Amino acid sequence: MWLSKLLIGLVRIVVGASPRWIGAGPSPAQRIYFGNHSSHIDTVALWSALPPELRSRTRPVAAADYWGKGAVRRYVVLKGLNAVLIDRSRGDPSADPLQPLAEVLERGDSLILFPEGTRTPQALPGPFKAGLFNLAARFPKVELVPVYLENLHRSLPKGTVFPVPLICTVRFGAPMERIAGEGKEAFLERARNAVVELA
Amino acid sequence: MSPQDKFLWLIGGIAALLLIASIAGWLLGLRIKSDQGRAVIGNLNARVRAWWIMVAVFAVAFLLGKIATIILFAIVSFFALREFLTLTPTRAGDHRALSLAFFVLIPVQYYLIGIEWYALFSIFIPVYAFLLLPSLSALAEDAEHFLERSAKIQWGIMVTIYCISHVPALLLLDIPGYAGQNALLLFFMLLVVQMSDVLQYVFGKIFGKTKIAPVVSPSKTVEGFVGGAAGATLIGAAMWWITPFNPLQAAGMAFVAVLMGFLGGLVLSAVKRSLGAKDWGTMIRGHGGMMDRMDSVSFAAPIFFHLTRYFFSA
Repeated sequence: MWLSKLLIGLVRIVVGASPRWIGAGPSPAQRIYFGNHSSHIDTVALWSALPPELRSRTRPVAAADYWGKGAVRRYVVLKGLNAVLIDRSRGDPSADPLQPLAEVLERGDSLILFPEGTRTPQALPGPFKAGLFNLAARFPKVELVPVYLENLHRSLPKGTVFPVPLICTVRFGAPMERIAGEGKEAFLERARNAVVELA
Repeated sequence: MSPQDKFLWLIGGIAALLLIASIAGWLLGLRIKSDQGRAVIGNLNARVRAWWIMVAVFAVAFLLGKIATIILFAIVSFFALREFLTLTPTRAGDHRALSLAFFVLIPVQYYLIGIEWYALFSIFIPVYAFLLLPSLSALAEDAEHFLERSAKIQWGIMVTIYCISHVPALLLLDIPGYAGQNALLLFFMLLVVQMSDVLQYVFGKIFGKTKIAPVVSPSKTVEGFVGGAAGATLIGAAMWWITPFNPLQAAGMAFVAVLMGFLGGLVLSAVKRSLGAKDWGTMIRGHGGMMDRMDSVSFAAPIFFHLTRYFFSA
């Protein structure tokens, strides 16, 4: 897809986005990559840090209320990034907002998820939302890989249009240990700490 | 010999040197068995491989002509500034100023070389950028560490854009009897400065004992500096035939470039350490970042440019 190549090329020129595999190497095992979210570059940066053969089977999660709006944005995330849209606003309270993500995992593909749910202006992530916990509970075999994206809160923070080119290293940690019977709060705190430790 | 022929001879000579270095590195790799020695040889070989690529890129740009050469150095400035600012603590209030530095200052500075507007080229960053960038940051209403932030940004821009842009600026000098050959002068300066770095590294590794500045730049030694400076000055003198200089003048200009290059390495090493890093980046395997390779050039280029302009240009 030409648009994917273009987006990856641009992100590499602006922020580099070279991977550093700290806890584990790249693997075709099914995974949920979860990281800190501070800019619109995050998704492409993480995606382009993956080896190409993994990239084609790894789908970023994007907010439907933002990226689903307008033909251009839709085209960019759906075609360029092969993203799956999630409804943050829960317009229909009876629907399960995680269903589209679960479908991706059922098909055997991996996901890129930013559990804060929104962009944070700081280097360290804010509290995580429950989505990661619920997906992890439903898919106990899927590896949960923490990722830290460096410097992107400086490069293109919320509210800015032009990026500042700065080098971003994408740090991948070891897959999280699964602890049977762990509660939601404890799990989410542990997940957040796994990202913070890579910072 | 036509300038084109001279250039091809130069590239051939450098390729031969690199070939010798590659073979020497390979032979050393076979002989040395200690872990520490292995690490040094591994780094040496990575450096030589990176040199092949750098020389190839420069050669292609030079053969393509003036515009390609200018664009190449604009790209060098871009990556150098990116490294500099990655290590520099800035705040959200600097965002607009920093974007402007990348997307306006770099293109404008190199465009001015392209259209040969020397007067504006030489003051654009020291005057206009100096005054306007902190104004943009001040409008963001964040006074915390304001002077430190502004000073660091200004410093980064001066070194990575202004100083480095003096390399291709050699192309705009009008030197009597040397028309159409300025690219060779550019080549001369880069060759001398980089050979000085290489020879200082080699002499330092073989004879180095007395550290010059152990705190700021532990790899610099008196023996390395003397050997490297003398070697590079002699190479410069021997290359007089590609310059507008006579052999003695070529030696003098080479010596100044070598000296400034040494100071550039020293100063930027101090800057790097004050920012808490050992290397500027990881872009060039074995060398570190773009600024690890361009530190000496950034100090040598402006002085070399102005001496040539004052003493040799029309």
